[in-house]
Parts: sequence; C-alpha cells; structure tokens
Amino acid sequence: MRDGPLCGHRASHRHRGESVSEQVESLIRKDYSAGFHTQIESDTLRPGLDEDVIRFISAKKEEPQWLLEWRLKAFRAWQEMEEPTWAHVSYPLVDFQALSYYSAPRSMANKPKSLDEVDPELLATYAKLGIPLHEQEALAGVAVDAVFDSVSVVTTYRAKLEEVGVIFCPISEAVHRFPELVKKYLGSVVPQKDNFYAALNSAVFSDGSFVYIPKGVRCPMELSTYFRINEVKTGQFERTLIVADEGSHVSYLEGCTAPMRDENQLHAAVVELVALDDAQIKYSTVQNWYPGDKEGKGGIYNFVTKRGVCHRNARISWTQVETGSAITWKYPSCILKGDNSVGEFYSVALTNNLQQADTGTKMIHLGKNTRSTIVAKGISAGRSQSAYRGLVRINAGAEGARNYTQCDSLLIGDRCGAHTFPYIESRNASAVIEHEATTSKVSDDQLFLCQQRGLDAEKAVSMIVNGFCREVFKELPMEFAVEAGKLLEVSLEGSVG
Amino acid sequence: MKQAASMLEIRNLSARVEGNDILRQLTLSIRPGEVHAIMGPNGAGKSTLGNVLAGRPGYEVTGGEVLFQGKDLLAMEIEERAREGVFLAFQYPVEIPGVSNMEFLKAAVDARRRHRGESELSSFDFMKLARDAAKRVSLDQAFLKRGVNEGFSGGEKKRNEIMQMMLLEPSLCILDETDSGLDIDALQVVAAGVNAMRDGQRSFIVVTHYQRLLDYIVPDHVHVLAAGRIARSGGKELALELEAKGYSWLEDEGV
Ligand SMILES: Nc1ncnc2c1ncn2[C@@H]1O[C@H](COP(=O)(O)OP(=O)(O)O)[C@@H](O)[C@H]1O
Ligand SMILES: [Mg+2]
Repeated sequence: MRDGPLCGHRASHRHRGESVSEQVESLIRKDYSAGFHTQIESDTLRPGLDEDVIRFISAKKEEPQWLLEWRLKAFRAWQEMEEPTWAHVSYPLVDFQALSYYSAPRSMANKPKSLDEVDPELLATYAKLGIPLHEQEALAGVAVDAVFDSVSVVTTYRAKLEEVGVIFCPISEAVHRFPELVKKYLGSVVPQKDNFYAALNSAVFSDGSFVYIPKGVRCPMELSTYFRINEVKTGQFERTLIVADEGSHVSYLEGCTAPMRDENQLHAAVVELVALDDAQIKYSTVQNWYPGDKEGKGGIYNFVTKRGVCHRNARISWTQVETGSAITWKYPSCILKGDNSVGEFYSVALTNNLQQADTGTKMIHLGKNTRSTIVAKGISAGRSQSAYRGLVRINAGAEGARNYTQCDSLLIGDRCGAHTFPYIESRNASAVIEHEATTSKVSDDQLFLCQQRGLDAEKAVSMIVNGFCREVFKELPMEFAVEAGKLLEVSLEGSVG
Repeated sequence: MKQAASMLEIRNLSARVEGNDILRQLTLSIRPGEVHAIMGPNGAGKSTLGNVLAGRPGYEVTGGEVLFQGKDLLAMEIEERAREGVFLAFQYPVEIPGVSNMEFLKAAVDARRRHRGESELSSFDFMKLARDAAKRVSLDQAFLKRGVNEGFSGGEKKRNEIMQMMLLEPSLCILDETDSGLDIDALQVVAAGVNAMRDGQRSFIVVTHYQRLLDYIVPDHVHVLAAGRIARSGGKELALELEAKGYSWLEDEGV
C-alpha cells in the first residue's frame, strides 16, 4: 500500500477475537436450494470458439453489421490477451474451446410475443426460484427481466415503464429498437480490450438488460434482472447497459443462480453504467451462483467487469452481496469524471467450504470535489479464501477529492483466510484519504453468550454475521435486505455442530 | 406445575480447566426462593462454578452430579440449560457488534417461549416489555437499538445483563461479580432489579467480593469457596465476618 505524505492517509488496525471453538469448525453447506436443472429442449451451439461462432451468435440475433464488426474486433484482441493471474485465487486454466457459447430454450426460437406464449416450464423455473413473472403475482414495484442461459425470456411491466419513457428491455432487442443509444454507449465505459474477460464478453455476449431513464425521470419501480444458467457446459456472457440521463434516478438489482453440477461453469459478464449530470444509479447485486460442493467440486467461475462513469454531480452506488460461485473475481468501479460526483461501494462477500473470492472496487477521482465511500465486509468460513482488493486513485486535477475506506474481515474457524490489498495513488495534495481495516473472529465468548441466552449455535453464528454486515445491508432496497439476511443464514447453515 | 422441592443440587462436583483441577468435590444445595452468596479469594473457582453450571466449553466435569429442578443439568446442551431457566450474568459481558440488543433479546425470549410451548411474542408486545425492563434498570431506550454491549461502559454492561435477566424470567440466576466496577447508584439499581425478581420461587447465586452488595441483596446463606470447595457456610453475618477478617483466618483454622 502506498500512503505518501501528501494524501492524508490514516490507517488503523484493530484485531479482535480469540480462539474459536472446535464447534465452529465443521462448516457444512446445506443443500443449495436453487441447484435444480430444468428439463427443457435447448438449441446449444457446439463447443468451441472461433469467428464462425461469433458470426453465428450475431446472425441468430439478426444484428446490424456494425455490431458484428464490433464483436470481431473484440475477439481478435482477446486472442492476443492472456488470462490474468494476479488475483488471489487458484484454479486450473479454463479450456475456452470446451465451452459452448450459445444456448437457448428451443421454445424461444419463435420469440413469444407475450407471457401466454412463453413455455410454462420456463415460467415454472422462475416461480420455483421465487421470481413469479406474472405481473399480478410479482413483487409489487419490481420489474423483472428474466435471462435464461443466452436469452431473455420475458421482461415484466414494460408497458407501465414506457408510459414514463423508461426503457427496460433485453439488450438484443435494444440493438434494433434504440440503435443510436446502444451504439453511443456500448463499450463506452468498459472498452472491448479492457481486460481478458471483458474482451471475451464483448466478442460473444448473448443477452442482458438495457435500461434508459430519460432526463429528469425518477424510475417508478425497482428494475431487476434475474440470471439463470441452466444448460450444461455453457458459459453465460451477459451484458448490461444502464444509461441514466440528466437528473434521473434508478435503482436496479440483479440476482443469479445455477444448477448444481460437478463441472465448473464460466460466467463472464460486463455491466456498464452511465450517470449523466445530476443522475443517480443504485446498482445492487445478490449473487448466489452455485458455489460447488463441500470438497470444492463444481461451481461457477464468476469473472465479471462492472464499471460506471459519473458526470457532474452524479452518484453511482454499488451494493453487492456475494455468497455464491466457486471463484469470484469482480471489482465494481466508479470513474468520477464530473465535478462533485459521488461513488459508493458497499460489499459483503461470504465464502465457505472451498470457495475463493477476490473482490473489491476502484474509485478513480478525476473531477473536483469528488467523493467516494468504500465499505467492504469479508466473511470467511470453512477452508475458503477471501480477498479485498481496492484501488483509490486521485488524479492531479481532482482538487478537494475525498475517500473513506473501511474494510472488515470476519473469520469463522481457523482454516480460512482473509486478505486485504488496498492500493492508494494520490496525485493531488488536497485530497483526503482515510482507510480503516479490522480483522475479527466469531469468538467463543460471543457464541457462549448467545447460547447461554437460549439461542442455538447456528442461529448465533448467523446473527453475529448479520450484525457484522449491517452497514451494507442497510444500503439494499428493503425487500432485498431481508432476502440477503436469509441467504447468509442458508449459506452458513450447518456451520456449527 | 408441581414445584420441585429443590432448585439446585450440586453433589461432589469436580471440574478441570486446561488440565488443572479447579472444583474439588463441591457440594451445595439450593431451594426455591433462596439467595446464596458465594464469596472467596481470587482464583478460588467462583467463576468456574458458574461456567460449569452454564455449560461453557473448555470446562471439563471430572466427577459428581448436578440436578436442576430434578433434572440432570450436566447432560443438557448449553442452550437447553438456558431455556430450562438457568441464567448466568457475566463477569465480563462481550460485545456483539451490529446485532441490536432488541433483536438479540427477542430471539432469546422467543427461544425460551418456544421451549415452554408458548407462542412467540409480537414485535409490538416485545417492545413494550423491553422498554419497561430498560426503564427498571435505568438504561435509556436508545440502548435497545444499539449493538449488544457495543461501546457500553462497564456499568451499562452490567445493567444490560440484569435487563436480560428480567426479560428471560429464569428460575435460577447466577450473578458473577455483577457489582464489581459499579458506583453506588448503579449498585442500587442492580440490587433493586434483583430484589424485584425475588418472588419466593426464583433462586439466586450471587458471587461477590464485597459485603457492600449484600447490604442491598440480603442473602439467606453465605458460602466461602476456597481451593475448589465450600470451605464454610453460614448466614448473612458470615459476610460481615469475612469483611472484617479477610479469608486467611479460614486457612489458619485448617479448613
Ligand atoms: N478459561 C480458563 N482458562 C484457564 N484457566 C482458567 C480459566 N478459567 C479459570 N481458570 C483458572 O481457574 C482458577 C479459578 O478461576 P476462577 O473460577 O475464575 O476464580 P474466581 O472467579 O474465584 O476468581 C484460576 O486459577 C484460573 O486461572
Ligand atoms: Mg471470577
């Protein structure tokens, strides 16, 4: 970590906790409830990746020529790039030729016009996951785009949103209906060659959500996308683009699950956010991809690039609760380009058994009086490894920039690890950067206190962990804060015996 | 329900901590409604006794038996003992950051109620009870919202313990040096709380170093714990004698 004399960096380290009882040792993940597979006929492309595959995907979606060229450019760049190895994770290199890059339920081939035409099996899948897609049953005030393998199945409440000019649709459709917007902003925040996985995504992305909020509009509902991987030996490469025009507000949530499988599956998404002057985007993620079994077999490789750009007085807030995936590699970031813009990152990353997570954020301060806040909570249990990696960069022109970073790790048992890699680069003497980090354990004493008051050990651990995450949970939209709490509880179930 | 003739029956209890024998064949009998004070020099094993009764991991019972309301206490899990009505007010209450006192207490009260076959309380009803209990130990309502013991002063932590005790309505309350570090006002608050809970059925074990507390919580019996067993028992006047003479005279007498 660099903390030059100019950047006003303060560090404080506090260690808390004592030996953890053997009780906490035996972490067993209860059945992953989203781990079922839907029996459905799918058109799945042969495994392998070459220019023909990219032409196939592009043709399947009847894309304009410019987009095909755009994909091919990304693919050519990707071929020259190396898989990154700097993250604190280890896994055998992915065989990109063994994966299939496109899979869609056959019933989606003739593009159902309404919910009545959608295969009931698909609707049943989402209902089973707790995401009813019939508007009358759906969570009030939340519009959902449901993405199944490589295609969007349905997007709810579209008519209602279009009344106020809000566009919420699959990106494959936006390419046709709003080509100007897509062409202008696609790749504007995460360029094709940004990194290895972003380049791969740019070449083969299948579907994802597109959001546009017009000037001055406060989006009347929560928008959300639910990603489901179903088919075997496929990767999911979705692409999300959210543009909030001047003075607009939107809150967006994504959720993800996948069946339990012995093979690892790849998920390499790109999310781009554009907050124009005075706009606000709140982006929340509850990530519960299949984490693999207790021995570390199977699970999703979650290699994701998420970035937003803030123009003048704009605010982007990333909140993430990461409990799934065998490996998580993601750094939702903010480029604070406009003066007085604000970036926030609130994160809970829980790893259990043999999961590995390397996650954090980058806050790039370019404009004057830009502010950023980072609150990262890492919870490690079992034999898992969790790392926080964060960069705060203050450019020379960022007069009066401020950052506050708080990075807390909680260990459960003594076979897991937590690591922090904070990087600070300040080129402006007026910047104020504060960094605090703590490491603590669920102590015997805390557990005993809870049990002495009549709570069982499992309830005690989940309560202690939820307490630890409180500052992050309070940033989530209400309905999802409760869900997130429950998810942690399930992920830790059986953690004490 | 028929009241058991005995609240707690400890017979020849021996226990070991980290390989050292701490309790040596300790015997003690407590009837419903009684208050027993336990005094004794530092390191005598007073906290160990409370911890063994509550089932704290690391405290190994090497002999003897304990009957709580006629049931084999040592065979029960920690939380089961608690739900059956054993409460330990800690000498050093720990913090649980981010978990509100309210949430923690509701979970505890609900666990106890479920165990008794009663329904869980509504949040509204619980809130009323909790507010009332806070008032009785002179803790501001704000403490209910704060993290469990998070940033509480020593005195506030002890009052918080008594508040928990009031809400959980245990049958046997073990107070481990609840008076240490309290100023006289806080001491009176704690004593008033305990006295209000004396109802002729509920029993108390009050571990203390000082006679002072026993001016406010008047015990039925006073015991001196030394070298892992009850070295002497008496009425409340024994506490005064100990205050005047210290503990060394007990050793001189060869007990
Ligand atoms: N958790 C523990 N680990 C190691 N030794 C302990 C522990 N608890 C108590 N002891 C030891 O047991 C003896 C009795 O301690 P304790 O019961 O705390 O005495 P008291 O409360 O009467 O002062 C002391 O020698 C103490 O060091
Ligand atoms: Mg003691």
